[in-house]
Amino acid sequence: MSLLEIRNITKSFGDNRAVDDVTLTIQRGEFLGLIGSNGAGKTTLVNLISGFFPADRGALVFDGHDITRQSINERIRVGIARSFQLVNLFDQLTVLDNVALTIFSRQGKTRWLWTLADRDGAVRDEAVAVLRQFGLEAHAPVLAGSISQGERKLLDVAVAYALRPKLLFLDEPTSGVSTREKAPIMDIITAVVRAEGITAVVIEHDMDIVFRYSDRIVAMHQGAILASGSPDEIRRNEQVAMTLLGTHADPQG
Amino acid sequence: MSAPGSVAAATQALLTPGRLAAVALSLLVLGVLPLILPPFDTLQVSYGLILGIAALGFNLLLGYTGLLSFGHSAFFGTGAYAAAFLVKYWGVRSMEAFIVAGVLASLLVAALIGAVCVRYTRIFFGILALALSQVLWSLALKLFWVTGGTDGLRVPTPTLLGGAFTQAFGVQTDKTAFLAYRYYYYVLAVFVLATTVMWVIVHSPFGKALQAIRDNEVRAEFVGVQVRRYRYVAFLVSGAFTGLAGVLWVPLNGLTTPEVLYWPFSGRIVFMAVLGGFRTFWGPIVGAFVYNYLEVWAVSATVYWQLVLGVILVALVLTMPTGLVGTAGQLLAWLRRSRRA
Repeated sequence: MSLLEIRNITKSFGDNRAVDDVTLTIQRGEFLGLIGSNGAGKTTLVNLISGFFPADRGALVFDGHDITRQSINERIRVGIARSFQLVNLFDQLTVLDNVALTIFSRQGKTRWLWTLADRDGAVRDEAVAVLRQFGLEAHAPVLAGSISQGERKLLDVAVAYALRPKLLFLDEPTSGVSTREKAPIMDIITAVVRAEGITAVVIEHDMDIVFRYSDRIVAMHQGAILASGSPDEIRRNEQVAMTLLGTHADPQG
Repeated sequence: MSAPGSVAAATQALLTPGRLAAVALSLLVLGVLPLILPPFDTLQVSYGLILGIAALGFNLLLGYTGLLSFGHSAFFGTGAYAAAFLVKYWGVRSMEAFIVAGVLASLLVAALIGAVCVRYTRIFFGILALALSQVLWSLALKLFWVTGGTDGLRVPTPTLLGGAFTQAFGVQTDKTAFLAYRYYYYVLAVFVLATTVMWVIVHSPFGKALQAIRDNEVRAEFVGVQVRRYRYVAFLVSGAFTGLAGVLWVPLNGLTTPEVLYWPFSGRIVFMAVLGGFRTFWGPIVGAFVYNYLEVWAVSATVYWQLVLGVILVALVLTMPTGLVGTAGQLLAWLRRSRRA
């Protein structure tokens, strides 16, 4: 069963075709790895789907809704959420409030001016439960700006996850952290995502991580899809090996 | 379940016994001041309370939403002129009518100015607010047959609560006594109410959403907070508070002139918030008191008061970048740490 159908999506910046006529179906419940060198169009594709900017051409059908022209907010309401490549948090709010804000927003309570946020026990309990799933519970009362990079990467995902999405985009969830920290972060993320049956698309430069955690891998090159298949199929794919895997001098690798 | 409990305790530390005691003590002091101070000084406290409301409204934008407005004189002036128009054209003397009219009028002005300004951030927002506020200033100046031009409009002593106080006490006192006692307590009551309302707003889910916008507007949009809409509502609330301050100010001053619509007045409000500490809730109120006292003192001390005031204020901001309240908070935290060590 498909969750998202991407049909002939195209986006240009000036003369540069960042995403060039991409057609791709994302299946319900899969953990999809999106790979490609810098500038291959991975993040642009995620930006198009999450509504950061509109597509020049093409259509997006999510869970039966045509979302091609919908706003960021409407796409969130139908179940699309994302994390960010460079950590994007509310640094002057506590770790707990970063997640609580998402829950307030999801429940439409951010319109409330006359209640005290901290007195909403149900929201607080849910926020604590989310933090516990991500192993961040101990940091709940401190400012988000003061925790370590690895914890910030996890919190970034937790904030998106608290929207209870059907489809979650993870833009380089382990970039900027030490090699030793990568696997534990991915273990936590995949455990949460699989337990809740969330469909996830992860952009990642670390090939070990991608091949270890993905059900299916899509390789992009110069704005187009180069190959799609199981980790084994992609590993054996000569084109991919030549353009992506063969060059192990990849600076991000 | 001890772990979630400890988190709850940490986040519910909003109303610690220490903070409640500080608030109660401040209220007690403010309550007995007119009985101790000479009337002139009580009037200065009134000015401090009123400017505190104005700075509090302004800081909902600067401290909580991350928008620096150089145009808040527009709302203060609208509040003041709304009261003056009621007196001049309808012969109304009721303070409550002034407040309703002033708040509604400043809401209307905020709705118009905000519709343009919230599309922008940073310097563009600030300058646009400044420019639009100066349209009001020039109107007040040019439409002199309506607004009295540079002479302004007089506002006599209003009746409070439909004259209930006057009848209850049955005494006709002179204007200074009225302002230093009955009007002082009226202003104090409105101040307490306004501060409570603002405190609840900044601690509400809506207030959290504003702080999220301040910290990271892109992420706020991606957790479903419609940034522009929230900024607009914050702008309305901010304008209404500063407008309320303008209404309260005008009977105290006895007169409103275009000066309260002019941009240096917006600059004063900015300064009060920065001086007290815009990263804290109480900072702008403290800043308003201190600024008002410094200005009164400097004016009485020297003809070069602007120079003296400028030097003092620059020195204060340079030595205390987090403002008076921010610095006091850091000192308290440092004291606590060193006592524990």
